[in-house]
Parts: sequence; structure tokens; C-alpha cells
Amino acid sequence: MSRDRPRVVIDDSSRDGRIDVDALLADRGTEIIVCCGSGGVGKTTTSAALALRAAEQGRTVCVLTIDPARRLAQSMGLTELDNTPRPVAGVRGDTGSLDAMMLDMKRTFDEVVERHASPEKAQQILQNPFYIALSSSFAGTQEYMAMEKLGQLHAESVAGAGGAEKRYDLIVVDTPPSRSALDFLDAPERLSSLLDGRFLKLLLMPAKGPARLLSAGLGLVTGALNKVLGAQFLTDLQGFIAAFDTLFGGFRQRAEATYSLLQADETRFVVVAAPEPAAMREASYFVERLAGEQMPLAGLVVNRVHADADDGITAAAAEAGAARLRTAGPPAGPVTAELLAVRADRLAVADRERHQQRAFGSAHPSVPTVAVPALPSDVHDLDGLRQIGDLLAGQPVGSST
Amino acid sequence: MSNATELHVVTGKGGTGKTTVAAALAMSLAGRGRRVLLCEVEGRQGIAQLFDVPPLPYAERKIAVGPGGGEVYALAIDPESALLEYLQMFYRLGRAGKALDRFGIIDFATTIAPGVRDVLLTGKVYEVARRRDGGRFAYDAIVMDAPPTGRITRFLNVNSELAGLAKVGPIKRQAESIMTMMRATSTHVHLVTVLEEMPVTETIDGIADLEAEKLPVGHVVVNLIRPALLSAESRTALESDAVDARVVGQALESVGLPATAAEGLLDGGRAALRREDLERDQRDVLSGSGRPVIELPRLAGGIDLGALYELAGELEDMR
Repeated sequence: MSRDRPRVVIDDSSRDGRIDVDALLADRGTEIIVCCGSGGVGKTTTSAALALRAAEQGRTVCVLTIDPARRLAQSMGLTELDNTPRPVAGVRGDTGSLDAMMLDMKRTFDEVVERHASPEKAQQILQNPFYIALSSSFAGTQEYMAMEKLGQLHAESVAGAGGAEKRYDLIVVDTPPSRSALDFLDAPERLSSLLDGRFLKLLLMPAKGPARLLSAGLGLVTGALNKVLGAQFLTDLQGFIAAFDTLFGGFRQRAEATYSLLQADETRFVVVAAPEPAAMREASYFVERLAGEQMPLAGLVVNRVHADADDGITAAAAEAGAARLRTAGPPAGPVTAELLAVRADRLAVADRERHQQRAFGSAHPSVPTVAVPALPSDVHDLDGLRQIGDLLAGQPVGSST
Repeated sequence: MSNATELHVVTGKGGTGKTTVAAALAMSLAGRGRRVLLCEVEGRQGIAQLFDVPPLPYAERKIAVGPGGGEVYALAIDPESALLEYLQMFYRLGRAGKALDRFGIIDFATTIAPGVRDVLLTGKVYEVARRRDGGRFAYDAIVMDAPPTGRITRFLNVNSELAGLAKVGPIKRQAESIMTMMRATSTHVHLVTVLEEMPVTETIDGIADLEAEKLPVGHVVVNLIRPALLSAESRTALESDAVDARVVGQALESVGLPATAAEGLLDGGRAALRREDLERDQRDVLSGSGRPVIELPRLAGGIDLGALYELAGELEDMR
């Protein structure tokens, strides 16, 4: 695959510039859907709604969420963070199923260490203060572990009628609410290049042979670090590096495997946004970045869009009518004036949002988009997720409830 | 003269307008003769985008004049520059600083070494807050556009991250000085939210987390407030079905609008009432937090410099 020829993969699951969500979910070739976008745009809800809809249409689905709102988590039976997929009760249909899990990044990291190091070495690593901090608070570990878990779930198989088959035929991933929505693409590379870095290699190297040439410079460096951080810091660090060294190769390999899984034909990215300048800007950036990285994009979901009623009253007419009814008119004049003001306000909001979407559309004409109207309240249960699913698929709300 | 530079830390859930509120607060604090620094720590260049200027460097630049005539400076803090500056300032590590970079140590310290990144970011703020310019502090106030609510306590509480790592030495001492500043009465951590369930829940959780670590919580800023368009009389009329499509239709016709729109307008009105009810519930939740609450309107034209001045006026109570 050539790196300089970016592909915005718009596949057959789009029609008339709109994502054909049901075709996307029905396509058995789609095995992974990654939902990404900036914070606060409804990624988790979109992921859960897509997963539920796919399950009720007969697929064996797992949704991997990072930090769901409490009540949405409860509605899916996610009462504890135990890093294991649990069946969601209340899913309709006989053939499909939905499991949900919440990522525990520390536990996922611990499991990787335990799987790849001898018990004695694993113990050493798990107790090192550097490891503890790295696995519980390093900005990027969450992203890295989300991708690690995705790889694991995708590789899991169960005994089936025709021999071993995949445990899940569709995994929907909700990406972490990071500093930048793109961190999860960069985290594996950043982490492995750091762990693999020259400095850490040098710290491990005995001062002989060609390394002696470097040791003067290194002495200066470690001296500086000791001064700034205290000697214990370096000792702990060296212990950590020594114990971790054997895992380096494995980590880099895994990061590369995850990266190519994200580029693979069975993966589709769904960029999620809200019709506001900052979120749409981030979505734009994301779409471009995915194209640059050869990651297959299914399209853009714009959440919480306010549709305007189409009954021939423009914002200007509503405002003018309201002004006249406030001063004089029939008994229902004042209340009608206020209703017209509400309408004018809604029309202005809809207009602003349409402008945001149009700007995105002109910059990325080939990206299929679906707008999901705002619901009066937050989604807390499976029925709410079904409604969102209907709206995503462009079906009348209630057609699947 | 005050005996410390005020520090205002502005946090909030993504999408609530944290950067806008931080900028408006900085302008509001810039009264006559006062100097305020607005800084960001996440490498997002949100301040530059907001003020429509080129990306900010690691240097303090004057970016605006407050409505009261004071000056607002801006600074984008990145951990790499902060570390090099720190090493130069305290250890005169010009050459060794470069060597550190060559060995990938700067990269290491700022990305992987636990907690060091946050010590550097908050450490720069500490340095600015203590800096003197003649007989007075260099700035009267610092406003930090901080990480989001979900990460703010961990970000400010740099000591806990370093515990067990840098047990002694200047980094440890630095972390302790920073904690003293963060817990001082001159520091205020403000939380920005909108009147929706999820951001409000996060705000309440955030306040509890901050209080548990004895970090001083300031105001709750409710952003993007829509004006209430329906009066109490109209609410009663709509809820009791005292108005119906017929009378609204007549009123519409009297001003030359189609009577057929009446049903849609009534639906729109009831939806607006439901929205207001939900918002009132969230307001109640916020006032239950016991923290002073300030509301900022949603401005129709979006956010530009004029809008920032307008919002700055609304934030006068936070001075």
C-alpha cells in the first residue's frame, strides 16, 4: 500500500451522501467499528446505539466503552469495571447478542505483562513505581490499552459448529476522551518508541566497548538527573527498564499489529461530531488524518442536530409577526407572539447548525454524513438507544421498538 | 497591593466552552492598571484560535486589552520548553540540557516519567505567579485554561503522582511548593458546565474530587444559557390547554401568517417548556453544590472579540 496516496474509503454503504448505517452493520465484512471525535459529542451513545442495532439485526456484537455516563452504563448492565465483556440483558431477536465492557486500563496492562513475562519478572514489573504510574496515569496509556483490548477481543475465538469461530463478529469501540481525539492513533507508537528509546538503552548498557565513548556524555546526563530528581529516581527507573526490556519487542510488535488492524478492510471508522464549530473542526481534522493514515472511513455522524419545522414561516416573518402581536391583536396574541419567538430562535439555531454542516460538506464532499436530531433528554436505556439507532439508520423512530 | 498573584484555574467538560470562559475571565480581571496572564497547558492552541492570531509560542505575548483598560497577556505552556527553561534557570544546564535532548531524555521526562509532565506545566505557572517586576508581582492574576473536569484533580494534585518516585531532591520540593500554591486562598478552581445532565453530573463529581484533595473550588460557570422565551402566563396557558390551534391560528392570520402553522408552533412551545423544565432540574442540582453559580448567555453571533468583552462584563462577580 502506498503511503503517499491517501484513500478516503467511501464504500458501498453510502447512498446519496448519507451513511447507509444498516448496510454497514449488515455487512459481515465489517468486523470493527471505531467511533471517534472530540469530547462531549455523544461518542459513547453512538457506539452503544450502533452496537445494539447490529445485535438486534442478528450479529454477535461486543461494545467496548471507555468512560460511559453512569446511567447509560447501568442500562447496559455495566455496574462494575471488571474488564470482562458481560451480556446485555433485554436485547431483542434470537440470533444476535450484545456484550458490553468498560475498559480498565491498568488491569489490561497488567494482563499484558503477566502474559509476556515469567511470573517472577512480571512480579518485579508490577511492583515497580514507574510501572504503576505508567499503567495508571500516563497520558496515552488509556488509548494504548483500548487498542490492545480491541486486538484481544478481535482475536478471541470460541468453539462453534464448524470448528473454532470468532467470539464476536462485530466489535464497536468508543475511543477515549483524550486531549486530542487522535491520541489513540499515536499512543502505541509513542509508547513503544519511548520504551525503545536510545536513552533507556544507554541506561542499561554496561560501560565498555563502543559505549565507553558515550559514557562521558551519559555521566553528565545521569548526574543532572540525579541532581534534579534524586538518586532513587534513577535506580527505580533502571530497575523498571531492566525488567521491561524483554517485553520491548513484544510491545512494538503489538503496536504495529494494532495499527494494521485499524487499516484493514474489516475496520470502519465513524467520526462523531456535534454541529458546533470546535467539534466540526476536530471532525474535519480527523477525517483528513484518517485519510492520510489509510484508515477506512465510513462517514460522519452529527449528533444533536436541531431540525426546523417546515411550515412556510421564516425566521424574519416569525419575528415580525411576534413584534406586531405583542402590541395589539386578538386574545391569544401575547402567547402566539412568544410561540413565534420560540420558532424564530429554533430557526436561528437550525440555520447556524446547517451552516456548520455545509462548511464541512464543502471541504469534504465525498464523506457520507448522517445527522441525528436532538432528543429532549439524555439516553438512559435500551429504548433510547433503539431510538438513536433508528435515527442513525434514517428509519422512522419506533420502527425497531 | 495584594500579597500574592491570584490564580484562576478554569476546567470543564469538553464542549462546554472552557477556553472561552477562561479568556473572558482574563479580560474581566484586567481592570485599569492590572496585568493578567491567560495560559493554556494542553497544546491545543485554543487561545490563538479564539483570538484569531497565529499559534502562541512559549513566551508571554500581549493579546488583548481588558474592558477596564488593563492588559491581557497569553502563553502556551509546553512541558519540553518548561523543562529546558527549568534546567537552565536552576542548574545553568545549557550544555547538559542539550545533551538531555539528544539522549531523548526530554521526551522521556515530559511524556513517560510519571507526574513530571504535570509538575512542569504547573511549575511554569508557579514561576510566573512568584515572579516580581520591581516592587510588585509581574501579574496581578493568572487564568489557566486547564485540562477537563475528569482530569483536573489529578493534574493539580502533582504531589500524589510523584509520590514514591522523586522521593527527595528539587523536583519533590518543587512539587510541594506547587501544592502550597494550589491550596492557597489566592487560588480558585472554577468549573464550566452547560445545563445538561452529563456535564452537570461531572461538575458535581469534580467538585467532590477537588474538595477531597483540599483544592479551593471557586465558581460554577453555567455557559451557553438560552433565554427563556415563554412567560409564566404562556406556560400556564400551554399546560392547561387554554390555548389551542384555533385561537393561535386566528392570531397568526391577524398578522398575515398561515393559520396552518399553529399546531407546529404549539408543539414547539411545549418542547421549549420541557427543555426549560430539564434545565431547571439541572440548575437545582448545581445550586445544591453550595458553590456560587454564574450564568453566561449563548451569544447568537458566536464568539469573537466583541463577544468576549460582553462575556467579560458578565463575569465581574468573579473578581
